[in-house]
Amino acid sequence: MANDIAIIGVGLYPFGRHDQVSAIEMGVAAARQAMADAGVQWRDIQVGYAGSLSVMMPETMVKFLGLTGIPFSKLFNGCATGGNLLLNTINAIRAGQADVGIAIGLDKHPKGAFSSGESMDSTGLPQWYGEVGLAVNPQFFAMKLQRYMHDHGLTPRALTRTAVKAFANGALNPSAWRRSALTAEEIDSSRMVCDPLRKYHFCSPSDGAAAAVVCRADIAHRFGGTPIFVRAGEFRTRLGGSFDVQSTSFSAHETPGASTAAAQAAFEAAGIGPDEIHIAQVQDTEAGHELMHLAEIGLCRHGEQEAMLHDGATSLTGRLPTNTDGGLLANGEPIGASGLRQIHEICRQLRGVAGPHQVPRALKTGITHVYGFPGSSCVTILSR
Amino acid sequence: MTLPVQVPIADGLFTWPSSTPQLIGGHCSACGGWHFPAQANCPHCASLGVECRPMSRRGTLWTWTVQSFAPPVPPYRGPVEHFVPFGVGYIELPEGLRVQGRLTVNDATQLKIGMPMALTLEPFGTDAQGREVLGFAFAPVAD
Repeated sequence: MANDIAIIGVGLYPFGRHDQVSAIEMGVAAARQAMADAGVQWRDIQVGYAGSLSVMMPETMVKFLGLTGIPFSKLFNGCATGGNLLLNTINAIRAGQADVGIAIGLDKHPKGAFSSGESMDSTGLPQWYGEVGLAVNPQFFAMKLQRYMHDHGLTPRALTRTAVKAFANGALNPSAWRRSALTAEEIDSSRMVCDPLRKYHFCSPSDGAAAAVVCRADIAHRFGGTPIFVRAGEFRTRLGGSFDVQSTSFSAHETPGASTAAAQAAFEAAGIGPDEIHIAQVQDTEAGHELMHLAEIGLCRHGEQEAMLHDGATSLTGRLPTNTDGGLLANGEPIGASGLRQIHEICRQLRGVAGPHQVPRALKTGITHVYGFPGSSCVTILSR
Repeated sequence: MTLPVQVPIADGLFTWPSSTPQLIGGHCSACGGWHFPAQANCPHCASLGVECRPMSRRGTLWTWTVQSFAPPVPPYRGPVEHFVPFGVGYIELPEGLRVQGRLTVNDATQLKIGMPMALTLEPFGTDAQGREVLGFAFAPVAD
């Protein structure tokens, strides 16, 4: 595929708890930072997409950015929102609607597990499912992992090693929410939340925003930023034979999950193989899913993760540094923004400007992966 | 003494009243696939030729966990103040369907992937009229 789209600027309102700041204020700040990074003004932006669970009308942001009349839309695909925001902005440019566009993710959540609220109607799930206590995401993460450990021999030690790595990266990253490294003992002695997952294996909902400015690659040189090229971006939903979050039932006739389908399509479009990826950002809602998702998107074989961790493969100095900014574990998850945090991190790593958690070798290609309710995934492949 | 009046938590979930209740699945006459709970169209092939049929009462534990904290209220309607952790799992039925349900066991040491399980009904609080609400759950059974 032609490198026809470039990401020329990224911005982040660091994730965490920001009780005194609205999601819209965070979104505007991230957008301004991305524009400054790109060397563009708001009047240069010709199309915008924003994603949020908590903000009903992100379009209201434009009065703080400039009333220039551009098409500015909201989309929401659960935890897969951020990746899909970037794809839709790219597609608008590919369709000739714009030369320069912006994707903005912004969110703010109460503490604790996500809830559908009083009515299950907006989830497409029956009311009884929520009433009896089955509409709880951590249950799914735990149950998918429980089966995976049974099938592929992954051990609790692998989960803890992954969490240790996440918080170690967070401790180095000035933008991370959790900035204290944790020992394996601290993680293993934290309370059991949903067997086999303990408190420090999980991420928490948080507040924050992230943004990316993209343009036609052939005009990227006009702006001041350092372009990162989008080699591929693919979005897929489930086929019915994969185990997905909050499923009343699913077929035992297994089909590839959305993550695998999106990744295969992305590698095909990019014309490169998983062995050519230098750095990865994958959905690590908890430590187990970082490991499962690495295999699902083709970056390792199922069951190979334990050996990879033994070699430190996913650490900053390993062969496949993964979730280098601390991932969801150290940054939490403002749902609408999380996927664009991944884009922010990969772009900065590829440019070599990530900061104290910069991977200490030249990086050429990176991958981002998000997965969300009710079984959708977005994968992008980026390169210098 | 009168027995409490019991009502199912939702219509069309399981055969009731019955001494051997069964979950009611949707069976697609076009592709042969099953789903639960039954809906108007087959989720796999979108056919509207869905027939509601009782499914096998027994299956095997495909995966499980223990819900150790009270789920967010709402939508959860169970007790929160004196919350008792509950087991959750997916039971693989001979129909080729994996169905999520609460488990009657909440002790991780007693749950093992592949163990035989059977459907049971369990009280789940009372409704506004004071009737006992019945939900479904899966319990370990002997081979």
